[in-house]
Amino acid sequence: MKKNGAQIFLESLLKEGVDTIFGFPGGAVLPIYDALYGVTALKHILVRHEQGAVHMADGYARASGKPGVVLVTSGPGATNTVTGIATAYMDSIPIVVFTGQVPTALIGNDAFQEADIVGITRPCTKHNYLVKDIKDLTRIIKEAFYIATTGRPGPVLVDIPKDVLSASAEFKYPEKVELKSYQPTYKGHIGQIKKAVELIIKAKRPVLYTGGGVVLSDASDELRVFAEKLNIPVTNTLMGLGGFPGTHPLFLGMLGMHGTYCANMAVTNTDCLIAIGARFDDRVTGKIDEFAPYAKVIHVDIDPTSISKNVRVDVPIVGDVKSVLKDMLKALDEIKGRSHAERGNEKAQKDALAEWHEQIKQWGETHKLSYKLDEKKIKPQYVIERIYDLTKGKAIITTEVGQNQMWAAQFYKFDKPRTFLTSGGLGTMGFGFPAAIGAQFAFPDKIVIDIAGDGSIQMNIQELATAVQYKLPVKIAILNNKFLGMVRQWQEFFYEKRYSYTCMDVAPDFVKVAEAYGAVGLRATKPEDVDGVIKEALAVKNKPVFMDFNIDREEDVYPMVPAGQPLNKMLLV
Amino acid sequence: MRHTISILVDNEFGVLSKVSSLFSGRGFNIESLCVAETLDPKVSRMTIVTTGDDQIVEQITKQLNKLINVIKVSDLTAEEHIERELALIKVNANADDRAEILSVIDIFRGKVVDVSPTTYTIEMTGDAEKVGAITELLRPFGIKEIVRTGKIAMARSPKSGK
Repeated sequence: MKKNGAQIFLESLLKEGVDTIFGFPGGAVLPIYDALYGVTALKHILVRHEQGAVHMADGYARASGKPGVVLVTSGPGATNTVTGIATAYMDSIPIVVFTGQVPTALIGNDAFQEADIVGITRPCTKHNYLVKDIKDLTRIIKEAFYIATTGRPGPVLVDIPKDVLSASAEFKYPEKVELKSYQPTYKGHIGQIKKAVELIIKAKRPVLYTGGGVVLSDASDELRVFAEKLNIPVTNTLMGLGGFPGTHPLFLGMLGMHGTYCANMAVTNTDCLIAIGARFDDRVTGKIDEFAPYAKVIHVDIDPTSISKNVRVDVPIVGDVKSVLKDMLKALDEIKGRSHAERGNEKAQKDALAEWHEQIKQWGETHKLSYKLDEKKIKPQYVIERIYDLTKGKAIITTEVGQNQMWAAQFYKFDKPRTFLTSGGLGTMGFGFPAAIGAQFAFPDKIVIDIAGDGSIQMNIQELATAVQYKLPVKIAILNNKFLGMVRQWQEFFYEKRYSYTCMDVAPDFVKVAEAYGAVGLRATKPEDVDGVIKEALAVKNKPVFMDFNIDREEDVYPMVPAGQPLNKMLLV
Repeated sequence: MRHTISILVDNEFGVLSKVSSLFSGRGFNIESLCVAETLDPKVSRMTIVTTGDDQIVEQITKQLNKLINVIKVSDLTAEEHIERELALIKVNANADDRAEILSVIDIFRGKVVDVSPTTYTIEMTGDAEKVGAITELLRPFGIKEIVRTGKIAMARSPKSGK
């Protein structure tokens, strides 16, 4: 039996195991919305802005590991997705975005609501397609999901003209993908892996520096076993948080611009840096020439372009993090089986490692992450600590971008992967709230909290209506300092406190905003209010809650490595 | 250093712009670019000439490999290869100069493919240096227009008969 393009589209999504799509209707996708009418197998979430839809799909994907799916119309619907797509691209998140397009005969005619979205998104998608013939539709959808979720994951966009959605064809979903030009390497080169392990066991001051790749390849168990077996301290990038337990004795905290003193000193002094699923971002390395200057560098990454891009690497290993870590553990066992003579001087090795741990302990004790409590003013770090305690560390935390993001990363301890969702690469303000909504759809029974700033929350505040409509109990903790805090902090440190356009004292009353949308609004103005507000918010079960924490306005994020400085030149509290 | 990169790609719309935007998005310049179908009509061959240090070119080739539509990338610079380009040169040819122009063309084994009362149009193939050299020799007569294809290149077969 022949079906039309819209029906074929929906059937294809079901074949891919999709149960939730985030979307917003419009002229070019009317055939799909008509086919969706009354369908229950596929839940369509009606958002309030297309950017929100993409962040929701992104949050859904980060929390669940399944690809997020977006459906929007042509022209402005499509262009509104661009920031969301770029956000997912920078953080390697698997999402598939379907955009409507004007009928093929009108493409290029400056038709109503026409935009060359394939052209626009070329640099911020892993791959994209324009479907010109209904015969290609199922193959392209199959490929889109395959490309988005395999290798280094990323967003894929599929642009479907309206006439393709109305045309009819036989529905036959392809069994498998045939892409001769796309074959990601999963298994690492065994010779390289052995070489790496030999280096690691001889190292006197080793450090594991691990990133989002560990989370994406679900390798946190393997990482923990590896670190414990060799007694190697671990630091995470922002994207890597949760990939190694935040409360583990081997954990040094995050590294980089707002990393811990201990992590940054360890990386600066290490003789063997084991980078796993991390990409040496400038916010991590600081001044690149002085990053890990004494280290032999081992780099495991599934994407060959990440290797030796910013930092010279001694032992590159291209492969999936999980698979490579497993092979490294095997290689370790083989070495253990060697005779004493072959294993070299183990005692000297052990002593050196003990000395290294002692040194790290000292660094950890001299400059702990800290802040000064105040009797009158609410400290943002205190809010995060209270949220951590009152959720027993079990919440899924999303963040916006800026100070809120850094305090969340520093003061909430993430023990499990996929519990800290943040826009690391692109740094998108307005990400956290819709991402929290997406995560809540993936895990309806978990506590999901967006740590926000008063600036960021206003960038996608319209999604409050979405959260209310679907009765989602997402909590939004607004660290309200009436400033664009991080930019203000830079102006304080580097521009002589000339607070140019960073003061946002004209803002809505967030409690009233919440109430106007039919959500719950709570406010804390004094430190003693904080616990009550959090507890009350946690008790709300079927609507979103805004918690407006009026915090100390000029609190800064410490430590800080000024941009372009080496990691050991930190500004401390 | 100048590199000649040979790329096999899917012969589909949009592929050329994916390749070229990869260069422009990273601030790498393309000096010349040739594309045409191969024996397999589903596959095209691109020959791109670009300049950069080893690290940049390594990054370029890795990024090219990462594109879904790219089947194979080889940097021909490091290996023995043949390269050619075709130029059409329209040069002023007054009665007094004609004999001299013809002798220059003859030395370079070029061909006159069009003649008008005041001009010759010359077809010239060779490597970039040869095309450059004849251009210099013709310049004094007054070059009215020049069109070059950009470089195409192919790796040499191994010389030993294995």
